[in-house]
Amino acid sequence: MSTSDLPTPSTSTLALAAPVRPRLVDRLPVISHLRQSVGLQRGMLVTGLVITVGFILIAALAPVIAPYSWAQQSVDGVSFGTQQPPSATNILGTTVSGFDVFSRVIWGAQTALLVIVAAIACSIFIGIALGLLSGYFGGWLDRVLVVISDAIYAFPSLLLAIVMSIVISRGQSTLLGGILATALSITVVFVPQYFRVIRSEVVQVRSAPFVESAKVIGVPNRRILLRHVLRNSTRSLPVVITLNASEALLTLAGLGFLGFGIEATAAAEWGYDLNRAVADVTSGIWWTSTFPGLAIVLVVLGITLVGESLNDLSDPRLRTRRRAGGAS
Amino acid sequence: MAVDAVAPAVTPRRTSKGGGLWRYIVIRLLLIIPTVLILVTLVFFLMRLTGDPITAALGGRLPPDQLAERIAAAGYDQPLILQYLQYLGGVVRGDFGTTITDRRPVIEILLQYGSATLELAIYALIVAFVVSIPLGLIAAYRRDRWQDAVLRIMAILAYATPIFFVGLLLKLLFSVWLGWLPVSGRGSTRTELLMSGIDTPTGIYLLDAIRLGNGAAIGDVLWHAVLPAIALGLLTAGVFLRLVRTNVIGTLGQQYVTSGRSRGVGEMRLVTRHAFRPALIPIITVMGMQVAMLLAGAVLTETVFEWKGLGFMLAEYLKARDFVAVQGIVVMIAVIVAVTNFVVDIVAAAIDPRVRY
Repeated sequence: MSTSDLPTPSTSTLALAAPVRPRLVDRLPVISHLRQSVGLQRGMLVTGLVITVGFILIAALAPVIAPYSWAQQSVDGVSFGTQQPPSATNILGTTVSGFDVFSRVIWGAQTALLVIVAAIACSIFIGIALGLLSGYFGGWLDRVLVVISDAIYAFPSLLLAIVMSIVISRGQSTLLGGILATALSITVVFVPQYFRVIRSEVVQVRSAPFVESAKVIGVPNRRILLRHVLRNSTRSLPVVITLNASEALLTLAGLGFLGFGIEATAAAEWGYDLNRAVADVTSGIWWTSTFPGLAIVLVVLGITLVGESLNDLSDPRLRTRRRAGGAS
Repeated sequence: MAVDAVAPAVTPRRTSKGGGLWRYIVIRLLLIIPTVLILVTLVFFLMRLTGDPITAALGGRLPPDQLAERIAAAGYDQPLILQYLQYLGGVVRGDFGTTITDRRPVIEILLQYGSATLELAIYALIVAFVVSIPLGLIAAYRRDRWQDAVLRIMAILAYATPIFFVGLLLKLLFSVWLGWLPVSGRGSTRTELLMSGIDTPTGIYLLDAIRLGNGAAIGDVLWHAVLPAIALGLLTAGVFLRLVRTNVIGTLGQQYVTSGRSRGVGEMRLVTRHAFRPALIPIITVMGMQVAMLLAGAVLTETVFEWKGLGFMLAEYLKARDFVAVQGIVVMIAVIVAVTNFVVDIVAAAIDPRVRY
C-alpha cells in the first residue's frame, strides 16, 4: 500500500486538533482555581485570599499603621505604665513590660511574614533539589533520603524546630539572626514534605515517553531535569506551600511561646507575647494575650482557607460540582 | 499518602496461606530501628555542633577549672565519634544520660512524668473522638450543605488556633472569670499530697484515685483535667473531623451504599455502618500519625496548665538550658512515636489484609 492511499488531513483539520493553549491568566495557580470554584468553596477561597492579602499589607505598612515602635515604653516622656487596660494612648492596653499591645500586634505581622517567606523559600529550594535528584536518579541516594525524610516526617515538628533553634542560636537572638534562625529551624521540618511531594511526582514523570525521547536524542541530564521533569512535577506545590505557610506561623508561635523566639526588644513576635501573658491571664488581664492570639488565629485561618480550597479544587473528588442539582 | 509510607516495598506477594501478618509485623518491627537510629543520630550531632552541654548550662556560673573538671568527668572532652557510640550504647540499655542542672537520670524523668503526659493524651483523645466522629459523619452526609460548611470552618478554626491560645482563653473564661474550673495543675494541694503518699503509684492520677476509693480525689482529678483535655482534644478533633469527612465522602459514593439504600437500609445505618466501617482503615492510620502532633501539643498544653508531665519538664529544662535533659526527652519522644506508629500499622494490617498484601 502506497502512502498516497492514505487520506491526507488538510491543514484546517490539523489546526482543529491542536490543543488550545489556555490564556496566561487561567494558568496561574490561584487565579485558575478561583475561576473553577463555585458556591461555598469560592466563598472560602475569597475569604482566605482577603485575609492573606490584608496580612501582607499590614506587614508591609507596619511602620505607617503602628502608632509606636515595638519596644517603646513611653511617649513624649510620659511612661505608658505596665499592664494598663485599653485607653486613648494605648488602644489595646500595655504589656507586662510596658509595651503598647496594638503596636506589637502590628509589628508582629512583619516578623511573621519575614519568617514565613524565608522558611518557605529555603525549604522549597532544598526540597525541590533533593526530590528531583532522588526521584530522577533513584538508587542508594534515593533510598537513604527517603528513609531519612520519613524519619523526620514522623517526628513532632515543634521538637525538631526546638533542637534546630538550640543549634543555630542557642535559643535567644536579635532580629535578623532570630528570624533567620527560626526560619531555618522551620525549614528543616518542612524539607521532607517538599521532598516527598516532588519525588513522588518525579518518579511518575521520569518514565513518561517525552523524557525517554529527550534522552534518546541526547538532551543533557541538566536540561531534562529542569525542563522536562521539574516543569511537570510542580502541580501540587501551591497547595503544599499554602498549607506549610500556616504551619510555619504556628511553629514560629510555638517556639516563641516556649521562650525560643526573638527577643522582645529586637522585634515583636506574637508567640513570645503570649508567653509573657500567661501570668497575666491568671490575674484577669485579658488584653495582653487576646490580641496577639487573635492575630495568629486570623492569619493562620486565612492562609489555611486558601490552601484548603486549592487542595479541594485540585482534587476532582472533592471539587463541588458546578451544577450541584440534587447533591446526594 | 500515609498508607504509601508504611507499606514495605520489599514484601513479595505471598502465595501460601497464613503467616502473612506475622511476616508483616517482623518487617515493620525491623523498620523501627533505622527510624529511631536516624533520629537519635540527627539529634545527637545537631546538639553537639555548637559545643558541649555543660558549658551551655553552667558556663559563667562555675569557675573555668571546675567547668573543665565536670566536662572531663562527663566525657565531653573525648572524640565526638566515641561520645556518639557511648550515647548509642546507653540508649540501647535505656540510659538516656543524666541531666546537668539537677543530676537526675533522664529515664527517671520519663518514668515519673511520662504517666502524666499519657493521662493527658488519653483524655484528649477521648475528647477528640467524641467530638470528631459524629460531627465528621454529619459533615460527610450533609456534604456541601450549611451543616458541612459550618463544621468545616470549625475544623479549620480548631487547626488555626494555637493550642496555647485556646488554653489561655479557656483559662480566662472558665477559671478566672467564671471561676468554675481550676486554673492549673493536676489536682488540688490535698490531692497532690494524697498521691505522693501512695506506695506503688501508677502515676495516672485517675487510676490511683479510683484504687484508693477516694471519691473526692476522683472528682478533683477529673475537675483539673477538663480544661487541658479540651484544649489538646479540640486541636486533634479538628484534624480527625476532616479525616472522617473526606474518607466517608469517598465511601458514601460507593455503589454498595446506593444498593443498600435501594434495599431500604436506613440512612443512619448506611452512614454509620456501610460508609464509616470501610473508611476506618485510612482514618486509623492517619490518626496514628497524629501521635507526633499530640505529643508536641502536649508540650504546649502542659506549659499553659502547669500539668507536670514530660512536656512541662521539657519546657523547664529548655529554660534552664539543660540540653542533656532536652536531648534525652526528645529522643525518648522519638522512640514513643516510632513504637506508636508501629502499633497503629499492625492494627491497620490486622483489620485490612490489603495493607500487608
